[in-house]
Amino acid sequence: MADRTIVPFGPHHPVLPEPLHLDLVIEDERVVEAIPQIGFVHRGLEKLVEKRDFKSYVYITERICGICAFGHSLGYSETVEALMEVEVPPRAQALRVIWHELSRTHSHLLWLGLLADAFGFENLFMQCWRLRERVLDIFERTTGGRVILSACNVGGVNHDIADEDLQGIVLVLEGMIGEYKTLLKTFMKDRSVANRLRGVGVLTKEEAIGFGVVGPFARASGIAEDIRTFGHGGYGLLGSFEPVTADECDGYARCKVRGDEVFQSIDIIKEIIQKMPEGEIMTKVKGSPAAGARAVWQLEQPRGECFYYAKGNGTKFLERFRIRTPTFMNLGGMVHTLQGCDLADVPLNVLTIDPCISCSER
Amino acid sequence: MSAVTKSPWVLHYDASSCNGCDIEVLAALTPLYDLERFGIINTGNPKHAEVFLITGSVNEPQITVLRQLYEQMLEPKVVVACGVCACTGGVFRECYNTLGGADVAIPVDVYAPGCAIRPEAIIDAVVQGLGILEEKRVLLAAGKLEPAEMPPLPSAANKTLQGRSVALSWKDAIAQAQESSKEEPSEKEAPAQEEK
Repeated sequence: MADRTIVPFGPHHPVLPEPLHLDLVIEDERVVEAIPQIGFVHRGLEKLVEKRDFKSYVYITERICGICAFGHSLGYSETVEALMEVEVPPRAQALRVIWHELSRTHSHLLWLGLLADAFGFENLFMQCWRLRERVLDIFERTTGGRVILSACNVGGVNHDIADEDLQGIVLVLEGMIGEYKTLLKTFMKDRSVANRLRGVGVLTKEEAIGFGVVGPFARASGIAEDIRTFGHGGYGLLGSFEPVTADECDGYARCKVRGDEVFQSIDIIKEIIQKMPEGEIMTKVKGSPAAGARAVWQLEQPRGECFYYAKGNGTKFLERFRIRTPTFMNLGGMVHTLQGCDLADVPLNVLTIDPCISCSER
Repeated sequence: MSAVTKSPWVLHYDASSCNGCDIEVLAALTPLYDLERFGIINTGNPKHAEVFLITGSVNEPQITVLRQLYEQMLEPKVVVACGVCACTGGVFRECYNTLGGADVAIPVDVYAPGCAIRPEAIIDAVVQGLGILEEKRVLLAAGKLEPAEMPPLPSAANKTLQGRSVALSWKDAIAQAQESSKEEPSEKEAPAQEEK
């Protein structure tokens, strides 16, 4: 048996856009154990509810993570609305779904690009990011921001989208589909891509249930679980849809699930634009959350189920606000997939769960 | 102008950003603005890089990481703080685990605000940084470039790190500090009281 060596991985590593440190215990080239160490991005945002009132805190939640920025402001707003029993106008809910699904499209395209970069396919990386810019253009046209949108607020949304702009969004998305299919074909059919992804980082269905993984990571292991199908918020306006799943349980399956979810998101946006209700976009929220009132909320973020908890104390400040993020749930599964893999596959395995360290450390 | 200032290579580090500025740094390099056509390449190796782009506010574990990266970069070099968090701490300034902007850890040459910073602002800041890089290069060639002064380590807890090798990880530093406090409890307590 070869001697064991510890290879430190991160916090600064070219493949990771974010700081995450792993101590990799290796035997020759094979990883025996991976010990994660987090804490590089911890800011202490949950504690900040004591300093920002519940209406200003929505801008802090957007900055929990810049990739799922709209998702977090949506989750926070819906939690506080549940806490204060505020009725949100249907048009605002539909607009929220549009922005949330656009965020998912942009997040998945970003991830596909980073994945291509991780296995050294630079051209594919650039093409994914080029396509992603079209989604960011929609964001910029409708809200004024490219990444941080400041569109969602407690009680509704800050911006309306005119009907001709809604049709414009459909046109842009339909124009993307052809190019996106060509891109996805490279991911799905190219032999060199398949060599890097097939059979790498296998997490079986039983293991996935055991580790409690969520989102595309779980769906790639055959677990048909998607919070959107519960019909919370604006998703209640939609017809029924099935979660995208795959049975291969490896990196290829995760790529396939995220790739197909982009089509699903585009379909959802087109459906909701057809059914777009008329009316107000904002309900005026008066008063403060009652003392002792509690609310929980679940939301399907691009990376999986996100769980929110809020507690009021009768003042305009919340007593407690808590988020359990998808990456936090997926880290256990990720560490498991690292055991027994080659050292050269470590960056790829870390990336296939789509880690968002900034979300999970807050 | 020399090759160094014509096609500088970029090192990007996320100090504790929300990812918003990080993806905009990448957006500046990818097809929308395509800085790579000018030979500006995002590298992972600090010794290859001339421009250090920092995003996000800084907390304690990050200080040693940032200093290590900064000290590994060869002269001439320029540090650009991207986004309002790297400039001052931004919306995270009041958080308990945030010390402030990038300048609490290393000297910063160009401040580029924005939340999230737009790719145009990053390009502007780097172009401004290139002027400073050229000045430093001329000084270096004349043998007159003096290393920039490091900011003092901010909190009392970080005093344990002062005067040590930067290669020491913060985990080791904490372990060593705990050991030394076990060995000499009386000596450790005395200076702490003086500070108050």
